[in-house]
Amino acid sequence: MPDVRHMARSTFPARPRRALLLGSGALQIGQAGEFDYSGSQALKVLKEEGIYTVLVNPNIATIQTSEEYADAVYFLPVNAHFVEQIIVKERIDAILLSFGGQTALNTGLELEASGVLEKHGVRVLGTPVAVIRATEDRKLFVDRLCEIGVKTARSRACTTPHEAVAAAREIGLPVILRGAFSLGGKGSAIVRDERDIEAAVRRMLAGVPQVLVEECLSGWKEIEYEVVRDSDDNCITVCNMENVDPMGIHTGDSIVVAPSQTLNDHEYQFLREIAIRTIRHLGIVGECNIQYALEPATGDYRVIEVNARLSRSSALASKATGYPLAYVAAKIGLGYTLPQIRNCVTQTTTAFFEPALDYIVCKVPRWDFDKFPGVDVSIGPEMKSVGEVMAIGRSFPEALQKALRMLEIGVDGLDPDAFASGNIRHELQNPSPRRMVLLLARAFHEA
Amino acid sequence: MHGLSMKLHLTDDTVVAGRAFGADREVGGEVVFNTGMSGYVETLTDPSYRGQILVLTYPLQGNYGVPEGPFESSRIQVEGLIVTRYSARPSHHSLVTTLGDWLKSHNVPAIEGVDTRTLTRRLREHGTMQGFLLRESTPIEHAKANVSSIDMARVVGLVAQGEITRHPGGDTRVLVIDTGAKASIINKLQVRGAAVTVAPFATRWEPLLDEVDGVVLTNGPGDPADLMPLVERVRTVLARGLPVLGICLGHQLVALAAGARTYKLPYGHRSQNQPVMDVVTRHAYVTSQNHGYAVDERTLPSDWAPWFVNLNDGTNEGIQHRYRPFRTVQFHPEAAPGPLDTEFLFDDFLRMATGMR
Repeated sequence: MPDVRHMARSTFPARPRRALLLGSGALQIGQAGEFDYSGSQALKVLKEEGIYTVLVNPNIATIQTSEEYADAVYFLPVNAHFVEQIIVKERIDAILLSFGGQTALNTGLELEASGVLEKHGVRVLGTPVAVIRATEDRKLFVDRLCEIGVKTARSRACTTPHEAVAAAREIGLPVILRGAFSLGGKGSAIVRDERDIEAAVRRMLAGVPQVLVEECLSGWKEIEYEVVRDSDDNCITVCNMENVDPMGIHTGDSIVVAPSQTLNDHEYQFLREIAIRTIRHLGIVGECNIQYALEPATGDYRVIEVNARLSRSSALASKATGYPLAYVAAKIGLGYTLPQIRNCVTQTTTAFFEPALDYIVCKVPRWDFDKFPGVDVSIGPEMKSVGEVMAIGRSFPEALQKALRMLEIGVDGLDPDAFASGNIRHELQNPSPRRMVLLLARAFHEA
Repeated sequence: MHGLSMKLHLTDDTVVAGRAFGADREVGGEVVFNTGMSGYVETLTDPSYRGQILVLTYPLQGNYGVPEGPFESSRIQVEGLIVTRYSARPSHHSLVTTLGDWLKSHNVPAIEGVDTRTLTRRLREHGTMQGFLLRESTPIEHAKANVSSIDMARVVGLVAQGEITRHPGGDTRVLVIDTGAKASIINKLQVRGAAVTVAPFATRWEPLLDEVDGVVLTNGPGDPADLMPLVERVRTVLARGLPVLGICLGHQLVALAAGARTYKLPYGHRSQNQPVMDVVTRHAYVTSQNHGYAVDERTLPSDWAPWFVNLNDGTNEGIQHRYRPFRTVQFHPEAAPGPLDTEFLFDDFLRMATGMR
């Protein structure tokens, strides 16, 4: 068999000598162990390449801060203040922003905006900061996608409650309010009554500079693709995923299956093509995630967002498919092209491939409301789960039942009698963590 | 599920039993597998599968039912279908029937409850095998004597029949020489504004070469070496110097006409995730494929060059003439099912054809 890897065009930029990785940070809702995994993978790649590695991560209870990963570890908060000091002290010449979740990405944006990176001659490996900004700033994002005719949810970025009310009138109620640059959909809410907007927006503006007033797509199918692109414009989608819970429930609180189960080939390829076109147009270099809403009856769609970083979904996609997304993203950051990177599973083929699964993967979130007495247990656009389990099966029931059992919430799977009975209709309209165990089981039971 | 029990009997005497969910009919054919995760509607109607019993490795099939169309041809082409789990209660806005009822209406048998992972492993180890899909009680000796399989040496004649048809369009005129063309090939040309004339390969299409700007040779079933009379006729196309686009079987026919040789792959490429690289630009694409034979690029004459290579196994995925507008690909730029990465090849071809006018 001919080795085709040497044939791929090489685009190596100057090699970094001392690279800083922004680590996973403290565990919190919306940001958990998955970034420990992605950061560890990236450090492994840098080490393989003989690059001196520095890690900043305040969380001592992580794998990536173990001795064998980075050459130097700083147990400091991931923020611009401390990162600048580390850059100076360690004479850093390259930085990786996309392996530590939203906090790391935001820190990177801040360092670039304040001129720190330029001042100290630090190069960003992977997706350029301007591109990250285009995915994080709602207006820039919509404009960029509009340039290639890709649809986004109708949305207005507002900085005052007054603006938000006007925007909601224009878009039509109900609307969804979301904070820009926020983590895990923090503070997001669906608003059906104009009178509720002002208070909600005022509350959100205390924490974020912009509030997005958006077309409410509740009930649309929610589909994601994990996309990888190299600096030579080779682009693949490693995996797609479908949320069992439709739009309106945060992906982190949704039961998710991979691959999608209700899309025909036309829809699958239609969304895949938009994903690749969008990621090329934006200029992502490395790994990203694109989320869609798909209208179930007409096939109309909206791109919800692009995460220009490793995410919860990419960690799931890596485990679901065996494709090492973080490892490959780090290699791409160093200038390798996908056909040049060896497929770690087969050892003979390349990283330019899209896994074909012969099984189904099911992810179920885990909530811990018992530990937070008095909190609102309904689930919606703001993420509340504290963890998740993933199960693999040869059928959806197999994967789902395995996942429910692994949750360790006192059920062995779907169980119509697991919880004190609630009103089914109310439960369907106002989903809570017990909806799946209870509702499906009862639905099957009664059918 | 309380269907009739049926069994798949392979030539190495492997027998796997399953529950029937298609037609009650016994068939024989070459057993092949496809690893696509969606697209059973397009796959089952692809004429390149004629005469074959198809195993799908993705375990859940039938989820989104069957729509009114479009299909890749007017019938289900496979002889039989083997799946792990069939979804009898599909959900999709476009469905008009279930996969099982559709198979029954086309008189195609199918079984579920088969571990297609194990079956596929066997096919990969032994290479493609013949097999029979039989009622559980039918003895194999009886099947060998009574259940007929399609004569694969003549299979192309079954999928490309009828008269020459003309589909009006724009100024660029394309002749499609049909050896079992998927509808999407013609559609991709039409949506780009071409006027398309479709000629089944056995018709007298040579006079049409005077009135077209380019020629497309299509996909189709079987071994290209069984089509030597057609290969001779393809030489007359090349002699005219018109732009040529060959797809799949069409690629193999052009290679044979150029003087190269083809060979049988151990178990073929049938999937929607075949990575190929353009050896000139070094760009890589994900492609949809369905072929059991390949071009041996070491046998290409000197005025032809490899164009695409498969990144998994290094086999040839396309060739082009060094001086003339002849380009062919082993994969399916029309997708359906599969990725749309290489649709631009239709734009390139039509640009060349328009340039000839």
